Amino acid sequence: MVRDITLGQFMPGNSIIHRLDARTKLLLLIAIIVFIFAANNYMSLLLITLASLLVVLLTRISFLLYLKSMKVILLVVVFTGIINLFYGSGEVLWEWQFIRITEGGVNNAIFVTIRIATLVIVSSVLTFTTSPSDLTDGLERLLSPLKVFHIKVHEIAMMMTIALRFIPVLLEETDKIMNAQKARGADMESGGLIKRVRALIPVLIPLFVSSFRRANDLAMAMECRCYNGGKGRTRMNTPHFTHRDLLALIWLLIVFTGVILCNIYFPATVR
Amino acid sequence: MSVIKVEDLKFIYGEGTSFRKTALDGVSFEIEQGEVLGIIGHTGSGKSTLVQLLNGLLRPTSGRVYLNGTDIWEKPKRIREVRFKVGMVFQYPEYQLFEETVYKDIAFGPENMGLSGEEIDERVKRAAGFTGLREELLKKSPFDLSGGEKRRAAIAGVIAMDPDVLVLDEPAAGLDPLGRDDLLSQIKKYHEERRNTVIFVSHSMEDTARIADRILVMNKGKKEMLDTAENIFSRGDELESIGLRIPQITKIMMLLKEKGIPVNTGILTVEQGVNEILSLVGDKQKKTGGC
Repeated sequence: MVRDITLGQFMPGNSIIHRLDARTKLLLLIAIIVFIFAANNYMSLLLITLASLLVVLLTRISFLLYLKSMKVILLVVVFTGIINLFYGSGEVLWEWQFIRITEGGVNNAIFVTIRIATLVIVSSVLTFTTSPSDLTDGLERLLSPLKVFHIKVHEIAMMMTIALRFIPVLLEETDKIMNAQKARGADMESGGLIKRVRALIPVLIPLFVSSFRRANDLAMAMECRCYNGGKGRTRMNTPHFTHRDLLALIWLLIVFTGVILCNIYFPATVR
Repeated sequence: MSVIKVEDLKFIYGEGTSFRKTALDGVSFEIEQGEVLGIIGHTGSGKSTLVQLLNGLLRPTSGRVYLNGTDIWEKPKRIREVRFKVGMVFQYPEYQLFEETVYKDIAFGPENMGLSGEEIDERVKRAAGFTGLREELLKKSPFDLSGGEKRRAAIAGVIAMDPDVLVLDEPAAGLDPLGRDDLLSQIKKYHEERRNTVIFVSHSMEDTARIADRILVMNKGKKEMLDTAENIFSRGDELESIGLRIPQITKIMMLLKEKGIPVNTGILTVEQGVNEILSLVGDKQKKTGGC
C-alpha cells in the first residue's frame, strides 16, 4: 500500500532531537552530509557514522522505522555499491575474464554504501522529528538573508508547506478513487504496461479535478483570512535558540574537528 | 435463501505497524434476498469497512463472506465478478466521474463486464431512468452537471451493472432536503421494480427508518443490534448510550408515553405520528361524547 512508506513522515515525540530548533536540525543535517563526503578514510568514516547513530538513538524512535525508510531506496544503495566494486585501482583481489575486483574497488563500494545509508538515515532524522510546518518555518528563517537578492523566501516556504501538507490528503484520495473504480470493475492489477497505464486514466482524471478543486478552496480560504504573502506577516510561535541548540552546535564542531584530524593523520583510502 | 452471509468477520488496519487498529471484530449476520438493510453507526464504528468487505475491496483478516452460498475469496482471481454482483456506491461518489460524457461514464461498469453494445445502451438508459437523469444530460460532460445531478450520474454508473446487491454508503450526504427525499424515493422505487437486495449505510435514523426493512446497528466494530426499525427504536436509551439519536418523532412518542399517554412508541415518521395522536384524540372525544 502507498501508506506504508515511512520515508519523510513526521513521528511526533518529545526527545531532545524533537525539541531542537528546526534551524539547528537543518544545519546539523547539512553539516553531517558534508562530513560524510569529506571523510576519506575508515577512521573518519567510522567517527561520522557513530556520530550519526548517536543522533538516531537520541530521537528515541524505533530503529525499525529507519530501516523501513531505507527499504524504499535499498535497491539504489545495493546497485551503486555493486557498480563501485568494479571501479578503482590498486591490488587485484579477484579476476575473471574482463571483470576485475581491486582493493580500491572494495573500498569504494564500502564507502559509497555507508555514505548513502547514513545520508538517508540522517535525513530521516530531520523529517521524523520535525513537523512539516516547523521544517518549512526553519527553512524560511535560514534562507531569509536571501531576501536581499529579491528571492521570495516566504512564498517558497509556503509552497513547500502546502505541498507537504497535501501529500497524505492526496494519497487518501487516490485510495478512495481507486476503490470506487475497482468497484465498477476497473482492472488495475493485470495486463501489460499499456493496459495498466490506460487503467490509470479513470483514477488520474478525478484526482486532477479534485486537486484543482482543493487548490481553489484553499486559495479562497487563505484570501478570506487576508493572506497576502510574507510582507508584514508575524508569527504565533517564534522559534528560540536555546542552550540545547548551542550544545548541539558545539557537539557538531567537535565532530567536525575529529573528522578533519582523522583525515589529516590517517592516510586517505578513497579519493 | 440469504444473499449475503458473513461469519465472524474481523478486520484490522495496518497489521504489524504502530498504527494498528481493529475496525471490525467478530461480526456475523445474514441478509435475505430482496431485503433492504440499513446499517447505522457512529463515525468510526466500522460500517464503511464492513461494506467494503462485502464486495471484496478489502480482504478480511479473519472470518468469511458468502455471496449466494460461496465464499467470495475462494478464487481470489475472480473477485471482479463479485464486485459486479455487489454494486458499491461510495460516499460522495460524484468524485469518481471521469469520462467525456455522462453516457460513457455510466457505461464504464457494463463495459468492464464485457457486455454487448446494445445491452450496454439499454442498461445505461434504464439506469439513467431510475436515477431521474434526463436523456439530454447523457450527452453532457459530467463536470458540467450540478452537484445533485453528478451524484445521480455516479449512482447510475453502479446501477447500470445491474448488481444482485446494491450497496449505498451515505448516498444522501450533503444533499438538500428536497434532493434527499427524491433520492430516497428513487432508491425505493428501484428496489420495488428490480426486487433485488439493497444495503443502505447512513447515520441518519430518519432516512434509514424510511426505507429499511431491518436495521443493523454497529458500535466500535461490533454488531450491536439487528432488528426491525420499530424494535430498534424502542430501545432508544441503548441507542443514545452509544451516541446515536432516534428520530425526533419517535423520541416525542417515548416522552409522551413516559407522561402516561398510551401512544405507540414504534412510530418512525411524522405522518405516522400525526395519525397516532389524532387517533388518540379521536378515542378520547368518543368517550367524552365530543366537544
